[in-house]
Amino acid sequence: MTNQWRDLKNTDAVLVCGANPAENHPASMFHVNKARDERGAKLIVVDPRFTRTASTADIYAPIRSGSDIAFWGGLMSYFLENNLYHEEYVVNYTNASFLIDEGFQGPADLDGFFSGFDAETQSYATDTWAYQTDDDGNVLRDETLQDPQCVFQLLKKHYARYTVDMVEQVCGMPKDAFLEVAQAFAATGAPEKTGTIMYAMGQTQHTVGTQNVRCMAMVQLLLGNTGRPGGGVNALRGESNVQGSTDMALLFHIIPAYMATPNAAKHKDLAEYLEKETPSGGYWVNKPKFLVSLLKAWWGENATSRNDFHFDYLPKISGGINTYSWISMFHAINDGTVKGMWVLGQNPAVGGPNARFERKALEKLEWMVVQEIAPTATTDFWRAPDVDPASVQTEVFLLPAADAMEKEGTIVTSGRLIQYRPKVAEPPGVAWGDIEIMDAVYQELRRLYEAEGGPVSEAVLELNWSHGADFERICQEINGYWTKDVSDEEGNVVGKGGELVANFTKLKDDGSTACGNWIYSGYWVPADDGDGNMVIACKRRGQKDPGGLGMNPYWGFSWPVNRRIIYNRCSADSNGNPWSEDKALIWWDKEQGKWTGYDVPDFAGTKGPDAAGFNDPYIMLPEGKGRLFAVRNEGPFPEHYEPLESPVTNLLSSVDFNPVVKRWDVDAGQDVGDNIGTSDEFPIVCSTYRLVEHWQAGGMSVWLPWLAEAQPEPFVEMSLELAAEKGIANGDRVVVSSARGEIEMVAIVTPRVKPFAMNGKTVHQVGMPWHFSWQGLAKGATANFLTPHVGDGNTMIPEYKAFLVDVRKAV
Amino acid sequence: MHDISRRQFLKGSGASAGALLLPPLVPGRQGAPTFPLHKKLGESRTICPYCSCGCGLVVATDSSGHIINSEGDPDHPNNRGALDPKSISVRQLSTSPHRQSKVLHRAPGASEWEEKTWEEIIPLVARRVKDTRDATFQTTDENGVTVNRTNGIAFIGGAANNDEDCYIAVKLARALGMVYVEHQARI
Repeated sequence: MTNQWRDLKNTDAVLVCGANPAENHPASMFHVNKARDERGAKLIVVDPRFTRTASTADIYAPIRSGSDIAFWGGLMSYFLENNLYHEEYVVNYTNASFLIDEGFQGPADLDGFFSGFDAETQSYATDTWAYQTDDDGNVLRDETLQDPQCVFQLLKKHYARYTVDMVEQVCGMPKDAFLEVAQAFAATGAPEKTGTIMYAMGQTQHTVGTQNVRCMAMVQLLLGNTGRPGGGVNALRGESNVQGSTDMALLFHIIPAYMATPNAAKHKDLAEYLEKETPSGGYWVNKPKFLVSLLKAWWGENATSRNDFHFDYLPKISGGINTYSWISMFHAINDGTVKGMWVLGQNPAVGGPNARFERKALEKLEWMVVQEIAPTATTDFWRAPDVDPASVQTEVFLLPAADAMEKEGTIVTSGRLIQYRPKVAEPPGVAWGDIEIMDAVYQELRRLYEAEGGPVSEAVLELNWSHGADFERICQEINGYWTKDVSDEEGNVVGKGGELVANFTKLKDDGSTACGNWIYSGYWVPADDGDGNMVIACKRRGQKDPGGLGMNPYWGFSWPVNRRIIYNRCSADSNGNPWSEDKALIWWDKEQGKWTGYDVPDFAGTKGPDAAGFNDPYIMLPEGKGRLFAVRNEGPFPEHYEPLESPVTNLLSSVDFNPVVKRWDVDAGQDVGDNIGTSDEFPIVCSTYRLVEHWQAGGMSVWLPWLAEAQPEPFVEMSLELAAEKGIANGDRVVVSSARGEIEMVAIVTPRVKPFAMNGKTVHQVGMPWHFSWQGLAKGATANFLTPHVGDGNTMIPEYKAFLVDVRKAV
Repeated sequence: MHDISRRQFLKGSGASAGALLLPPLVPGRQGAPTFPLHKKLGESRTICPYCSCGCGLVVATDSSGHIINSEGDPDHPNNRGALDPKSISVRQLSTSPHRQSKVLHRAPGASEWEEKTWEEIIPLVARRVKDTRDATFQTTDENGVTVNRTNGIAFIGGAANNDEDCYIAVKLARALGMVYVEHQARI
């Protein structure tokens, strides 16, 4: 999230789209309701189902799964046509005024494509998407926003096709419902108002998921809502510490924190990496300091400037999402490239797309190591009810793990808030903490490499493992420390060898600092808890909240450097004054010559109105402006395409499906494989979702008696109309089928779900929770047996939220 | 019912980790019946392991270290003492007889687990990791660029793991040359 949970109380309107916070992030509603009670804020819910959140909302609008860009485009068109955007913010803080290359064309000109598409590589050449610059490289701008080549006018032209009528036909959202949403949220475009968007997997788990998120960012830029109290683009993260695990870069394409994994095609050595990866402007100019400090943390004294800090020990990738991303990875498992798998508390047999395909792929592994707290469909995949164990040769090692209560650690909330938690309980039996487990394996590997050698054994043997399993030493490494005494030019000591660095502004690119994760730097340093006690920053429990905005700066540590709302330069206008008194967060103090207020400025502290870049709040981008126009694989503006499996053709253009998305064709036509369904056989749209009583792929909830009693089994929710068509009564057992499998579950017939009237056609939608498998006290069919093995054009996040099924009564 | 906050109650009772919880003497409660408690219990504050709200829990454990109660932490700014069904139920996760409590090994083709010790299993795991890494390790690509990677091992997980767990995992996975590194954030 750009903001914080508690900040929700400062908003004037909450737009929930692709999320169900009352169900899945219940504590957030406390703060949402504060805004409603105390500020008259409106809660708006846009969802295919009338969810628990919708049931308490002021405004609800139904939307067909897979049509979000049409909705967001309609909103943007509405704001632009009716001058409801926040003009001063848009002109000063976004790239609205930037001129784009004369050769740029969009789907309005090219029937669904942008300029530069290469059908053979399924990708775009982006040279016509570049900013126009003068001879010195400065971007050409028109701050009157009139030039036909300026981003603002191109945006207007792009979304002119997204009329209210179009929204109704594509989304199945009645016009009056759309207008009610649009008007309520547009009101936050007034300079003194802010609105927040809360979203989750309902927006991301689509083949256009990245562009869905782009839409939300653009809406919030147009309305001037980002970087301000009660505003922001707020991802409700799906796991207790998926924020932390992402920061720690357990993803193929990044290393901690958010630096690119070295790529053989681009980064043959350290110099080339730093040259290609370090931009000319914005805060990432400091990347060399972060990368070198990471290498020092990992290879310690063995990493020096003479050996490029052992940059060469970092494995390089050759390719991108089409090679390594989860779906691609499972193809590599299926074809035997991947022989062994090490699992740290994950359950792909339940959570993976086309789970029958992924389960079958697991059977090809030679070995699997799994650190787990409970029996899951993954730990026991080799003896699932439909599997003959004799046919599965995978050697499996089950390493019993301590759960979250049974080990010390820190986790990060959606609001980037790092909180420490102590060990409060004992693990069962002989279960170990995960750090203990991984340390034990490393020590044994070390012994083996010392004894036997092996290819590039040095990468293993020279690894700095001085922390062993010592939790505190690991935290210190993550925080960062001086590797030697360092003085400045005047001879003053700035750092003493072995001591923690205060934060990432101290990091160096010459090997004098080590830091495992630069955005966490500062989290393990003692800081004031607001009552005068110096406490390790992430352990703080200070209650004080200066300004009363819910920043709670003395509770925990919010990366980066305890900033609570990022891009908070935007909370002041182009003169440095708050847009309104009640949402004053930081402001320019002329007397003191610095930024001051209730949050750590996300901006150079002493950069005043006379300095260049005073109005460049988006400090992580070289141009310093929020990007209404932003290069992504399928285009610089989000364009509506239908999901892979759709009941309709695209009304916006003749390009039905995202043209850059890779599709596989493995074992198509077989019982288990890449089978795609059409609406002839599977006319009903299906989506998956979560329940408050269960948790993700089930390991932490399905074995708990209370939770199992509350929600004992999966179900499919359908409309009264669909049920009548199919002769299904509430409570009947039904079979839901897709091109990838059939599952049986209970039918819940409910007015919470209604058919969509779309372009003269009635389209039905159903939905089901996905937590279940054959393992558990609460058990039942695995929804992901139905979902397709296809993902987003930039990230390859699977399209779980919109696919096709049919439903029939079970015999 | 008395208008008394939980914080006052705890303060009045002088409760601390590991102490026997005595019936409290709090304003207005003199003369109330006393309830001698028979179990030693400790209370600690921690953070919920479920969604990403990061609510505060007050957790009580018995003398064997198992959670016997969880309630919301009234001091936590996010939830101010409130909890949802899952965090209320953490005691059942702590005490569940279904928890993985043994080191288990499944031989190729076997239909059952066999129990092992840590001393037995760690060398088996390390052996597998090393053999697969070494057999599939690629030092340079076809253009002679140093790649130092293995395509033969995939590492997945873990979004329910602590930051420090994840840090150790990514450090180890990358030092071993793994490129297939993915987890819940991707899906």
